[in-house]
Amino acid sequence: MNDSQGSGYGFILLTFFIACVLAVVPLPGWLMWGRPEWVALALIYWTIALPHRVGILTALVMGVALDVLEGAVLGQNAFSLTVVTALALVLYQRVRVYSLAQQAAVVFVLIGINQLICQWVQNLQGVGARSLFFLLPALTSALLWPVVLTVLRGLRRHYQVS
Amino acid sequence: MVTLIAADLHFKQLSTLRAVVDTLMTPVYWIADVPSRIGDWGQTHLQSRASLLENSERLQRENLVLQGRSLQMASLQAENVRLRALLNSSALLRDDVLVAELVGVSPDPARHQLVLNKGANDGVFVGQPLIDADGLVGQILEVSAESSRALLITDATHSVPVQVNRNGVRAIAEGTGVLGSLEVHHVSATTDIQEGDLLVTSGLGGRFPVGYPVATVRAIVRDPGEAFAEITATPTAALDRSRHVLLVFIEAAQQGE
Repeated sequence: MNDSQGSGYGFILLTFFIACVLAVVPLPGWLMWGRPEWVALALIYWTIALPHRVGILTALVMGVALDVLEGAVLGQNAFSLTVVTALALVLYQRVRVYSLAQQAAVVFVLIGINQLICQWVQNLQGVGARSLFFLLPALTSALLWPVVLTVLRGLRRHYQVS
Repeated sequence: MVTLIAADLHFKQLSTLRAVVDTLMTPVYWIADVPSRIGDWGQTHLQSRASLLENSERLQRENLVLQGRSLQMASLQAENVRLRALLNSSALLRDDVLVAELVGVSPDPARHQLVLNKGANDGVFVGQPLIDADGLVGQILEVSAESSRALLITDATHSVPVQVNRNGVRAIAEGTGVLGSLEVHHVSATTDIQEGDLLVTSGLGGRFPVGYPVATVRAIVRDPGEAFAEITATPTAALDRSRHVLLVFIEAAQQGE
């Protein structure tokens, strides 16, 4: 029991690490505006799948890590990811029984909130975007949600993380 | 959380925490850089013999030309030192450089930042100027043990004191958040500044060394109703293309060298 829990944490950490790498992989020009919020997607998945193991604290730690990676104000992503995770914790029982399209819609709203909060904090610093393009990641993340869900759920069941 | 944001915005005490986390997260950037590294390796190792020979010949020709130019350099430098001594001006600055390689760029399009593979262990310090072959690139923002983060001159939060190379008019070039564009603010409408003028660092403020090219003036709009001219400039450095940059160490050379 203990052993399987330990490996489970390793696996969850690995997915977050991969999400971090994907979050900073250089993308050409305009594609950067549509970069999906990989870490937020991973957080949403794990919160919905295993709310007793991944929650606010994980969001806080990943947020600070992401802040440093992005060179953002410390606390920007920590704040937004905490809010998103808190919402996901409230919603997880409903989201589990939703169809894939409905889930994607929820993800769209959650990532949109994430982007809005990030935008507010960036505006405090004076580097806010000048158009609504900052909401594009919400769309790309929602479109990618079925893929993320299938891959992560498949892997989770294969490695029996629970 | 709000305190964390406020503290990081207004105080500098959190930079140690940031440096520690940054050092821990450095592997993420290394791994993210692997695909482009493989691409580079492929490009250098899979070239044909003909193109290598051609390259070598071209480099030799270039080297010859540059050597020819640097012959004159010594005498010009001596002359410059003599003239400066005559004018009683301050010591010449001699700049040492360290080559750093790009390992990442900021994933956020609103921030123009680079991650470099040289850190505190190589003597990199916060505020250190960064140049490439064509001009000023930016300055170092944060330093961790093995990597550092640089702010480009086009970032919306960056400004650099410049002067017009032609006549020495001083101004401040601010980043716009758009790659390939700087704005020169608070230049009165009657100032002698023209399209195509080269802006070089003025050295005022003590952060950047004197005389590195920054940008060329692209467009000037003089609206009679406005007190200041609206000037946009194009950075001379290849901000989004260069893979290697030079970190400048500023050292005051001995007077009368």
